[in-house]
Amino acid sequence: MFPASFGYFAARSLEEALELLTEYGEDAKLLAGGHSLIPAMKLRLATPRYLIDLGRVPGLSGVRIDGEALAIGALTAHADVASSAIIRQRLPGLADAASVIGDVQVRNRGTIGGSVAHADPAADLPVILTALGASFVLASPSGKRTVAAEDFFIDFYTTALAPNEVLTGIRVPLPPSGAGAAYAKLPHPASGYVVVSAGALIIRQPSGQCASARVALGGMAGRPLRAGATETALQGKALTPQVIAAAAAKAAEGSDPIEDAYASAEYKRQVAAVYARRAIESAAKRAGQKI
Amino acid sequence: MSGKMERVTVPINVTVNGVKHEAEVEPRLLLVYFLREHLGLTGTHVGCDTSQCGACTIHMNGRAVKSCTVLAVQADGVKITTIEGLAPEGTLHPVQEGFREKHGLQCGYCTPGMIMTAVHLLETNSSPTEEEIRHALEGNLCRCTGYIHIVEAIQWAAQRMRSSHVSS
Ligand SMILES: Cc1cc2nc3c(=O)[nH]c(=O)nc-3n(C[C@H](O)[C@H](O)[C@H](O)COP(=O)(O)OP(=O)(O)OC[C@H]3O[C@@H](n4cnc5c(N)ncnc54)[C@H](O)[C@@H]3O)c2cc1C
Ligand code: FES
Ligand code: FES
Repeated sequence: MFPASFGYFAARSLEEALELLTEYGEDAKLLAGGHSLIPAMKLRLATPRYLIDLGRVPGLSGVRIDGEALAIGALTAHADVASSAIIRQRLPGLADAASVIGDVQVRNRGTIGGSVAHADPAADLPVILTALGASFVLASPSGKRTVAAEDFFIDFYTTALAPNEVLTGIRVPLPPSGAGAAYAKLPHPASGYVVVSAGALIIRQPSGQCASARVALGGMAGRPLRAGATETALQGKALTPQVIAAAAAKAAEGSDPIEDAYASAEYKRQVAAVYARRAIESAAKRAGQKI
Repeated sequence: MSGKMERVTVPINVTVNGVKHEAEVEPRLLLVYFLREHLGLTGTHVGCDTSQCGACTIHMNGRAVKSCTVLAVQADGVKITTIEGLAPEGTLHPVQEGFREKHGLQCGYCTPGMIMTAVHLLETNSSPTEEEIRHALEGNLCRCTGYIHIVEAIQWAAQRMRSSHVSS
């Protein structure tokens, strides 16, 4: 199996990538790790006429703290997100999500920017990044803009990225002390992709009450879904197992999950409650709650 | 079609098992076919061709990757190791020895990929638990062995590599 023929450009700088993107527009696709795009091209589900390889563009990978946020370059491989000392220390929930993507080889090639831009509804990182309130830095020939995760993911494989834009980085606000985040995933037994998953960010008061909660679900719709009823049910409450279980039971409220041969909508609703509970409990523990 | 940098083939420079290769390749050529058909390194196998089985696993700059899911042009400037390059001619890498000692293979189809993944694991974790070994092999499928002997082969190699590390 091999892709249809295409023209190939190895961009040497962001400026060059943007120039090429402007010149070839809809005929061109950006190439990062290639672990979504190349399989799709081999199956001829994607037949771009040109590929613009970002792989050699300097300055697009790595993890650093920038003010109140963690700045992650778009080309940072999943394996490097999973093993980054800063991420493991400050946002272990993000490292957890990166470490359950596919397998070792996939994590060595696939990139965080590619996963975000591809916006597969069964992907892991969009879910945890939505829970963490991340935003995405998009560069175009006319400058840069920053888009919040909620406004970025629109539907199945559809994002706010314009055809002339490159995603250059991800910004994740550093949680205050007394906060914890976690990710829990039910993987498909064959593909390893998400059947249902949940990401949670809990900010806990020293008294043990929940100051605020953000919970996002994967596999339930064309984009990561915020579990609004669960978040409201946690707000201001003591983070006891009973409160968490009751709040998590509302996770699928108002959702209309996508069904497939493996998981019915009803099954997904049930499972969403279980995985939301697990993610919230782990996040609350990381925030200092004894459960 | 006339793009300013467009051409039918693209020059690449790749170091494979310590040997530098210059080649002109079609952009759609997959790295695994470059290795097998252009360089004749047929130790790297193609099992599924759909990124699932790991038979095509090689190292790019020291990291295990599935070479059926990489374009040869993406390997420009990269150092590659294949199963042929793990140990000097006539000798075996401890992981290869482990597979022989512990019967880590039957038909042998998955073996090169298994070994390349195992070597990558042991380079990052010199004493993995059984669970860590099994987790590391998630991207490698074997249809023969049931994995038990593969896990034992890797444990054998880990032990051998640790003791030779201590003695040297
Ligand atoms: C066997 C296998 C198992 C997998 N399992 C999982 C899993 O369990 N969970 C999971 O989440 N993912 C999984 N994946 C997908 C993997 O995480 C991909 O790496 C990821 O979805 C895409 O990242 P990439 O760097 O490979 O992007 P590419 O494939 O290079 O690109 C994907 C898309 O994003 C666009 N793009 C890439 N980078 C940018 C950028 N910087 N700016 C704008 N557009 C860009 C491309 O044009 C393309 O349309 C799996 C993949 C494989 C092959
Ligand atoms: S041949 Fe590459 S993963 Fe199966
Ligand atoms: S030994 Fe036959 S597939 Fe593994």
